[in-house]
Amino acid sequence: MALPTTLHLHIASSDRSLVDETVDEVQIPGVQGYFGVLPGHTPLLAQLSVGDLWYRQGSETHHLAMAYGFAEVQPDRVTILAETAESADEIDEARAEAAKRRAEERLRIPNADIDIDRASVALKKAIVRIQVSQRARAGV
Amino acid sequence: MPSLIDLRRRVRAVKNTQQITKAMKMVAASKLRRAQERIMNARPYAVQMQRVLSNVAGRVDPSIHPLLTERPLGPDSKTLVIVVTADKGLCGSFNTNAIKGATSYVAGNSQPCTLGLVGRKGREYFARRDYAVAFEQVNIFHRLQGDDARVIAKLAIDAFTNGEVDRVMLVYNEFKSVISQRVVVDQLLPISREDVDAGATAPVDGEPQVDYLYEPSPEAIFHALLPRFVAVQIYRALLESNAAFFAAQMTAMDTAVKNSSEMIASLTLYMNKVRQAAITREIIEVVSGAEAL
Repeated sequence: MALPTTLHLHIASSDRSLVDETVDEVQIPGVQGYFGVLPGHTPLLAQLSVGDLWYRQGSETHHLAMAYGFAEVQPDRVTILAETAESADEIDEARAEAAKRRAEERLRIPNADIDIDRASVALKKAIVRIQVSQRARAGV
Repeated sequence: MPSLIDLRRRVRAVKNTQQITKAMKMVAASKLRRAQERIMNARPYAVQMQRVLSNVAGRVDPSIHPLLTERPLGPDSKTLVIVVTADKGLCGSFNTNAIKGATSYVAGNSQPCTLGLVGRKGREYFARRDYAVAFEQVNIFHRLQGDDARVIAKLAIDAFTNGEVDRVMLVYNEFKSVISQRVVVDQLLPISREDVDAGATAPVDGEPQVDYLYEPSPEAIFHALLPRFVAVQIYRALLESNAAFFAAQMTAMDTAVKNSSEMIASLTLYMNKVRQAAITREIIEVVSGAEAL
């Protein structure tokens, strides 16, 4: 069987379908670290973490900030079920900066009222958003 | 006989009401369109999720997971009934139907039930009556998000896993079409095996089923997937209920507009009769006055 030369990428978050396109390469934030997927990848089912998901079409790269979910990889197809996901141009960088500062503030002064897990997740999400938006602007 | 001025005032009042109901109908129609769109948008995620879940379920022993374990229902095992109503009224029998569905389920159940109330109308009804209420979620529909479903899912899963209840049911209005909504009672927990297996693709002849690599492990993915699955089901029910609400409201407002048109017509007719009667009387008075001279 000949190996497929492209991948069909489908990204859906719980309230909408974000991407439904043919791509050449995807990088996905798995719970055990980032992994790249090229056409012909062996079937894989992965749990995802917070991170920058990018995909490449020819020489064009697109970035998305996503958090949690699952990925199903087939040789010719990648399906991402993200808890939350947003593409780079949807990100409001100022808001992400504010969220980052707020989360850092919370983590710096530990007290019993603060849910540390929640604050650190919020911090991670904010950092990823900022990164994604900056990378998209720099065109890398 | 009411005076002409009174009648004229009444016609004006009905016209004002009609204007409001007409506007509400239009608003409901546009919100319904958006609500329907959201159902469509949420569908791919739910479908894919089901597929992945069935896929993993075939590879792990599902009986180990507490959310799948069917518990024997004794006389003192409890059921949590989550009732989804709307936050607002003016929607015909929408809320009443959901409440009726819930009360008849509770009455027909031999085990005691506690209620989880979603939507303000349900809370208003059950708070005044003698029902055990486990939790309330109100004012979520004007800005419905996946997070709202996740909160409810967590409440339901926690109550189920720590043994407070042995079964969780979900009562909501299903959006069948713009003119018809139907109350459905679904079992949410334990997750039934049919639900899990429903998305499995039948193996094609000669093509061996693909074996996946799992990251981290099939068990871990399975355990993470099931609570998400519950949340997705709740989210879908909330979206359905939301769309059904606007459909019901639209229909109710449409009827109101029609009824007020009828009312205006009959009032105007009556008003003209009164006016005519008054004129006739005046003429008779003048004529008989002239005759008397």
